[in-house]
Amino acid sequence: MTSAVKPHSELLRVTDLHAYYGESHILHGLDFSLNRGELITLLGRNGAGRTTTLKAILGLVSRRTGSIIFNGQEILNLATHKIPHLGLGYVPEERGIFASLSVEENLLLPPQIRSDGMSVEELYEMFPNLAERRKSQGTRLSGGEQQMLALARILRTGAYVLLLDEITEGLAPVIVEKLGEVLTELKKRNYTIILVEQNFRFAAPLADRHYVIEHGHIEKVIEQADLAANMSMLHEYLGV
Amino acid sequence: MDIFSIPSQVWFGQLLIGLINGAFYAVLSLGLALIFGLLNIINFAHGAQYMMGAFLAWIGLTYLGINYWVALVLVPIVVGITGVIIERTMLKHLYKMDHLYGLLLTFGLALVIEGLFRHFYGVSGQPYSIPDSLKGGTNLGFMFLPNYRAWVVVASLVVCFFTWYMIERTRIGAYLRAGTENPELCQAFGINVPLMITLAYGYGVALAAFAGVLAAPIFQVQPLMGSNLIIVVFAVVVIGGMGSIMGAIATGLALGIVEGLTKVIYPPASSTIIFMIMVVVLLIRPAGLFGREQ
Ligand SMILES: Nc1ncnc2c1ncn2[C@@H]1O[C@H](COP(=O)(O)OP(=O)(O)OP(=O)(O)O)[C@@H](O)[C@H]1O
Ligand SMILES: [Mg+2]
Repeated sequence: MTSAVKPHSELLRVTDLHAYYGESHILHGLDFSLNRGELITLLGRNGAGRTTTLKAILGLVSRRTGSIIFNGQEILNLATHKIPHLGLGYVPEERGIFASLSVEENLLLPPQIRSDGMSVEELYEMFPNLAERRKSQGTRLSGGEQQMLALARILRTGAYVLLLDEITEGLAPVIVEKLGEVLTELKKRNYTIILVEQNFRFAAPLADRHYVIEHGHIEKVIEQADLAANMSMLHEYLGV
Repeated sequence: MDIFSIPSQVWFGQLLIGLINGAFYAVLSLGLALIFGLLNIINFAHGAQYMMGAFLAWIGLTYLGINYWVALVLVPIVVGITGVIIERTMLKHLYKMDHLYGLLLTFGLALVIEGLFRHFYGVSGQPYSIPDSLKGGTNLGFMFLPNYRAWVVVASLVVCFFTWYMIERTRIGAYLRAGTENPELCQAFGINVPLMITLAYGYGVALAAFAGVLAAPIFQVQPLMGSNLIIVVFAVVVIGGMGSIMGAIATGLALGIVEGLTKVIYPPASSTIIFMIMVVVLLIRPAGLFGREQ
């Protein structure tokens, strides 16, 4: 399975994806696709369904229909805990740092899914703050440090497709800048990334393609090259 | 030496009884707290599962010649497996519902299990003799310490400490704590949370059965032995705080001792003191002494 991924092949194809929380129908037929090594953004207003899109891919909604082909395999009916083992890493909204675990326990929590993840030493080098505070309770870290921890924790597992939900939210500009550097580095290393963002200035220079989601479906696809021409329309969609 | 003009032998005697009861409270409330943390279910069948432990030990000895030491290992495993089956076939359907459904189902299970044992063995108590190697006692000078009772306290504490260590200090424990805190995210990391829940229930139930085997030589083995005890254990869990492992252990031991000493100071209050403490704690700290406010 490890070497089955060809460099520029299609890695993820979502077709007519519907997702539900209980009775509420949230996603209404989403279509998008992603090649190996690409970074796409999911943009949209609050409540548009961006988080739900990530959760639907990971099987965290109560019901979903349509098709999600990951690396050639249909994962719609796969048990939730098996999906990440295909190579997916998730940074949830609000970071999801565990209060009952120390920094190091948080870092070591997600099971290794491939052997070529970053080592703990490498990660501590990338995020020196985490090394210093490895014995602290996870939630005692600052917001920025928690975000670094949330990222570091999935880089260790060997996941090569990262689903990142609003990683810049509520963080100081210097930290946002640091996160930008980290993402640039990850792109260089050929990680494939889906980025849910409110901070468009952060996302714009990194992305290959932008998807605007509204009311649970894709309203607009904008290629990076056409971004400048579409700015005013985008502002209207995002209400900024 | 007399304290409040009560001979010290009486104090130490009640302290020992308190410690033994406290040890049972600790092991039982530990299992309840573990189960509640991960399953969000208040396991009302816990008392019946404790009784099953004692009864299976008695059945093993009486009909199959299985001795105490083998029973101490084997019975918790067997009862734990029945727990796994209960979780897989019934409890797993209730996790998304209110606590109340889990409580009702396990309460019903307790009635069924106790009813079955009553049907086959009646309500009179069956004696289970102390294993030969633990017969007799030691004179400590200030009191006579029966060996079996000392063993019960030590064995309980070792099991409690082992469980605490596993949960708080190991990688498996980290999964368990994380699963208690945010099961959805654990699944999203590829942790098999449903399996973990099944095993946690099995282990919690096995703890109850272990306490049951320990109890067999001390109390009469009979179908309702768990239902009296479990009410007190629920009070212990409420006082300690649902879902807190250390809280369950410490509170269990402490309340056993408080109960024992109350028997010396003011006997009429000894059966209600724990409930009085529960009321006070609930008024002052609704989440329990060691619980986290939600
Ligand atoms: N667990 C849930 N149960 C029921 N409805 C939900 C649940 N989570 C989200 N929703 C609803 O689904 C819709 C989409 O939510 P989602 O979290 O995907 O939005 P979003 O685009 O990530 O927005 P933001 O994160 O900025 O609020 C919203 O209307 C929200 O109220
Ligand atoms: Mg969101």
